[in-house]
Amino acid sequence: MGNIYDLGIDVGSTTVKTVIVSDGEFVYNRYERHFSRVRETVAEQLKLIRKSYPDDKFRIAITGSAGLGIAEACGIPFVQEVFSAFVAVNKTYPDADVVIELGGEDAKIIFLTDGVEQRMNGSCAGGTGAFIDQMAGLLGVTPDDMNDLALKAEKTYPIASRCGVFAKSDIQPLLNQGAKKEDISASIFQAVVDQTVSGLAQGRKIEGKVLFLGGPLTYLSALRETFKKTLSLADDKAVLPERSSCYIAYGAALHAHDLSDGMTIDEALDKITHAKTNDNIVVGRRLFESQEDYAEFIGRHKKSDLKYEDIVTYEGDAYLGIDAGSTTTKLVLITPEGRLLYQHYCSNQGQPLDIIASKLKDIYRLAGKKLNIRASAVTGYGEELIKAGLGVDYGIVETVAHYKAAAYFCPDVDFIIDIGGQDIKCFKIKNNAIDSIMLNEACSSGCGSFIQTFAGAMGYDIANFAQLGLFAKAPVELGSRCTVFMNSSVKQAQKDGATVEDISAGLSASIIKNAVYKVIRAKSIDELGQNIVVQGGTFLNDAVLRSFEQELGRNVIRPAIAGLMGALGCALFAKEKTAGSTGKSALISKEELEEFTYSSRALQCGGCGAHCNLTVIRFNDGHRFISGNRCEKGAGIDVSGRTENMIEYKYNYIKGLADIKLRMKPIAKVGLPLCLSYYDLMPFFAQLFTDLGFELVFSEESTRDTYYKGQQTIPSDTVCYPAKLAHGHIESLLERGADFIFYPCMSYNIDEGGSDNHYNCPVVAYYPELLKANNDKLTEKNFISPYIDLNNKGHVAKAMARALKDYGITAKQVMALLNRAYSAQIDFRRDVKGKAQEIIREARRKGQKIIVLAGRPYHIDPEINHGIHKLIASLGFAVITEDSVAGLVDTPALDVLNQWTYHSRLYRAAKYVCSQEDMQLVQLVSFGCGIDAVTTDEVRAILEEEGKLYTQLKIDEITNLGAAKIRLRSLAAALEEKDAQRSAKRA
Amino acid sequence: MSETNTCSTPHSGSDRVNKSYFDKSRKSDYLVLVPDMLPIHFKLIMAIYEQYGYRMELLQTSTRSVIDEGLKNVHNDTCYPALLVIGQFLDALKSGKYDPEHTALLISQTGGGCRASNYIHLLRKALSSTFPQVPVLSLNFSGLEKDASIEVSPTIALKLIYAVLYGDMLMLLYNQCKPYEITENSTDELLARWQHRLGKMFHTKRDYMSTVKIYRAMLKDFAALPRTKEKKPKVGIVGEIYVKYSPLANNHLNEFLLSEGCEPNVPGLLDFVMYCASDAINDKKLYDTKTSKTLLYGIGYDVLYKFQKQQIKIINEQGVFQPPHDFEHLRACADKYIHQGVKMGEGWLITAEMAALAETGTKNIICTQPFGCLPNHIVAKGSARVIKQAYPDANIVAIDYDPGATKVNQENRIKLMLANAVL
Repeated sequence: MGNIYDLGIDVGSTTVKTVIVSDGEFVYNRYERHFSRVRETVAEQLKLIRKSYPDDKFRIAITGSAGLGIAEACGIPFVQEVFSAFVAVNKTYPDADVVIELGGEDAKIIFLTDGVEQRMNGSCAGGTGAFIDQMAGLLGVTPDDMNDLALKAEKTYPIASRCGVFAKSDIQPLLNQGAKKEDISASIFQAVVDQTVSGLAQGRKIEGKVLFLGGPLTYLSALRETFKKTLSLADDKAVLPERSSCYIAYGAALHAHDLSDGMTIDEALDKITHAKTNDNIVVGRRLFESQEDYAEFIGRHKKSDLKYEDIVTYEGDAYLGIDAGSTTTKLVLITPEGRLLYQHYCSNQGQPLDIIASKLKDIYRLAGKKLNIRASAVTGYGEELIKAGLGVDYGIVETVAHYKAAAYFCPDVDFIIDIGGQDIKCFKIKNNAIDSIMLNEACSSGCGSFIQTFAGAMGYDIANFAQLGLFAKAPVELGSRCTVFMNSSVKQAQKDGATVEDISAGLSASIIKNAVYKVIRAKSIDELGQNIVVQGGTFLNDAVLRSFEQELGRNVIRPAIAGLMGALGCALFAKEKTAGSTGKSALISKEELEEFTYSSRALQCGGCGAHCNLTVIRFNDGHRFISGNRCEKGAGIDVSGRTENMIEYKYNYIKGLADIKLRMKPIAKVGLPLCLSYYDLMPFFAQLFTDLGFELVFSEESTRDTYYKGQQTIPSDTVCYPAKLAHGHIESLLERGADFIFYPCMSYNIDEGGSDNHYNCPVVAYYPELLKANNDKLTEKNFISPYIDLNNKGHVAKAMARALKDYGITAKQVMALLNRAYSAQIDFRRDVKGKAQEIIREARRKGQKIIVLAGRPYHIDPEINHGIHKLIASLGFAVITEDSVAGLVDTPALDVLNQWTYHSRLYRAAKYVCSQEDMQLVQLVSFGCGIDAVTTDEVRAILEEEGKLYTQLKIDEITNLGAAKIRLRSLAAALEEKDAQRSAKRA
Repeated sequence: MSETNTCSTPHSGSDRVNKSYFDKSRKSDYLVLVPDMLPIHFKLIMAIYEQYGYRMELLQTSTRSVIDEGLKNVHNDTCYPALLVIGQFLDALKSGKYDPEHTALLISQTGGGCRASNYIHLLRKALSSTFPQVPVLSLNFSGLEKDASIEVSPTIALKLIYAVLYGDMLMLLYNQCKPYEITENSTDELLARWQHRLGKMFHTKRDYMSTVKIYRAMLKDFAALPRTKEKKPKVGIVGEIYVKYSPLANNHLNEFLLSEGCEPNVPGLLDFVMYCASDAINDKKLYDTKTSKTLLYGIGYDVLYKFQKQQIKIINEQGVFQPPHDFEHLRACADKYIHQGVKMGEGWLITAEMAALAETGTKNIICTQPFGCLPNHIVAKGSARVIKQAYPDANIVAIDYDPGATKVNQENRIKLMLANAVL
């Protein structure tokens, strides 16, 4: 007869932890990765325990995010993992104030003092451990290496901290630009910490004694250090308990102690192996019914292949195409007849320049003396760097490259979809030009690399993993939202006992669903046209390709070199460009390549308030390449002759209002935050307060730091970035010594006519309520937020007087000054309108096209628009805003309820653009803006009805403008093509 | 003050969207499909309209294809309720069960500053290419969609109020009996009996108006159900109106809570109706605006409040069950933590209900919301902190619902909260 022990089993998203406790003390613990073989791993762990404790009985409790299913199925008690942590901490560290636990895919905080409060990451926050693994993979190092690297970092870059996918798209360009791995590693840890602090703590301060738990925090000292630094924790306040990686299992074991029955390991094993899986899984369609089906499919796609030519024996001209993508690098070399001489497809390991240089060497080595590279072109994220470094002749935008290549296989192609490592790009072709472009938003990117990471996590390489899905009997339905959501869907499927085959097939289908419903947003197949070409490395995966055909219900064309299409398009472009000329390619020669070296250095631009982090690459021949700059100033280009930019004009106008002169001794200092609706109504309030005798204090110009300042008071993580910034502006006003902050709640905005109503959106209308409720420093006295409707003068006078009665302001006094305030607002409107006309005239004189950059008033904030207006200007356009032209036309016929003032302007601006030959509209949308889910489709419909192109740019805290740039350059290319067609027609 | 457009009234829609209007003279030719929001209440409401010659059917499909149709036909960043309601309609129309030439769809519209007021338009857009012949009917009290509203005469409006009152009463009694029933399903059977009985009453001339008699009979019947005396933790459900009530949207939250050994406490629909009615009154107070509606809403509010007080009084007389919150009390609760000017979506009502629940002993509160719901940033997550400050033992969890969120995540979060549950 043996003893009775308490056993805790923690089944996490990536690991299984077992702990045996006797009299509250650890006697055994083990930490094992399960590679999604959850049940098997648990059984193996139990067998290990049986070896040491053959005759003993155990009280068992299961915990962990993947443990619920097993527990329920086998009837062993389940205890919630945060609760387990709570039990364990109470026992060993009763004086702890906060627990931070990071797991494979979960992040949790438990606040212990002043009312226990437990926070888990929500459905939108990417996992942390898995995220770190993924990022390490991106850098080509192990997480442990990354830890060592981070300890040597000199600086950190801002990396979006909300979800893993976002962060990834910030890191990728840094890698491509040659930023140091040390600094990137540290930045990744900082992002994880920021995510925990802002995403989980949500307004509650993390202070006192903090306990670190979970694998990543146990094994990565740099991560702990980053937490300590960010939270300003003294050494004795930041505790890593012994066996912290198994701590949750320890808590489960303690919990198990209260259970009545013990069982032997054999009994437990019996329960686990015989547990019934429930049939909760929603099953999708099989990819192939039979081997014959598959053979037919393979045969059909074989038809779209290139002819090959031997590079060693070939003599004559050749064209080089390079696609320096976000995660992969592709090269092709073709003959003038389009025969393939050389191809290469590989991960760029964050060093695209090195990879391409080495492949070029390869080509020079293989090629015979009589092969002459006539011309070369490059596309992709690394375009500018490669062009600068290796003397490539042309740089073209990805969409154009892909279209060139697709048209080579299918001259009358209607629709192209490219799924790469990080992007989905879809475009419709109309009249031989790119008509509309759909790119995945930052939140669903990482499609191709996602399935790869998943394969890795389950212990397969990508090719094998994909192959497994082909004949899956019951593919799982995994949903179609962002990849982070898919993570938990997979978790659930595993819980329900789905096989790896079924998951593989399910993942392929879900990538496709994401593309079709989230990116293309197709309602019917006919919308896509007859001839569809698919490309991108992800489509080399037969399961993904088949899923796409199934979802569409028709066959598509996949060229055999689907992964190299961007590069092929470049080569074809280079050929087209040099047709008939005899010039020589500027491409780096064999000899120069031998000498080729470069060094990179990071520095901060001092050109303006944005303080871009620049990476300066110096090549061995002395020339430099600067990246990371958002405007051309940073790259040292003179912009003085440029047409005035409406965004800057408006921004300076609003900022300049702080300088209104006060002619008397001020009654008090009123703080007005530069955020949300103040970007529209500041003229009114600035004038009114000055006339009433208050000294104006504006909050600082927004920067990333402004956001960090207010981060701890943000309660809802999924609100739009402009709203999140408001928290920092409040802090800024408090710092600047405002006696009180005035920030009114406004259900209604000004009625500009032509709409069903004139509301503000709920966030703009009531954000002051939220600020007040979540910032301890704000009181009734120092934060005044009356409810005001500016459409009713009498009411405004009364409401203002009521709000300012402590300062002796009367309604009569306000009433007498109101007209001046309204005039200031009207002046602003008139001024903006007039300035727009000036810009339009100047643009037309210079022959520039004009872009109406349509968004919200607060999109003029440089921290919100990330300098997109400058980017547009650098492409040769003049920029005006939606509000500067909205007043020129009546509201068009709409199929939505047109009830918000700011949004109503969008519809009118769209209609105005339709009437102007040389104008196009680009809509700026903040991520999380629910109302734009309504407006974007409507604005698109208005524009497309009149044959205009619709371009939407989604923006968030991400500073990477890569996707925006592709869209804008494609827009420019499409407009050029249209012009060329038009003049060809005339001729 | 600023420039005004010369455009007169907004257009009733562009030529881009094909749509049909409901021919009221042929109403019996149509089968009107009703979305699955509040099963108890909507069955009563259908009984009322059937009396006026409408034929109606409550959709209770909850297959994956409902969500898939929603994802296909609605902008994916639109809130989950729109996606589900529209998905459910299209799924039904495509099922072949209904003749599109003789089917109409009913959707409710509140007409506030929340994007929910746009559902009807999104529905029409979704129908445009596949079922342009199917008309959409709006159920609203704000005078929206005049040409496409289901009739709400004063008599019908009054009957609808009765339906809300009885629906709330039944929901309340069901939730307070079900967790403790000794004979399995006895509560469900009693509920079904009462729904049937009320349906019949709405066909009579004035039987349904005898509130006192009906309440007492209900209370007596439910009190007579054999129940255990054990104590179970009460869990309040507040949130966005559709996700709060609809089992389709909230993954059968009520059932889940019952299976976890809790007593669900779901504030009634009347609160929301009164919240909407109080809006015009609040606007007048805040902004000095007076419209034709102000007076009407004022009277309406008083009538509703009288009804509510009567219901509370009768429940208290019997003394067995916990009555709903007095609405004036809710308003007072709101004033402590948020301003009644916050009127978009469910606005201040969510904050007030959380406070009132915490105050009356339901310390465990689930705030349900569609992922990214705009007003809920302010009134739910945004105000949880001040409520926790006032009631340190309040146990509040916000649960997001959307097509991608998995049930296991939601249930895990709820279980975590229940692990801390306060009796």
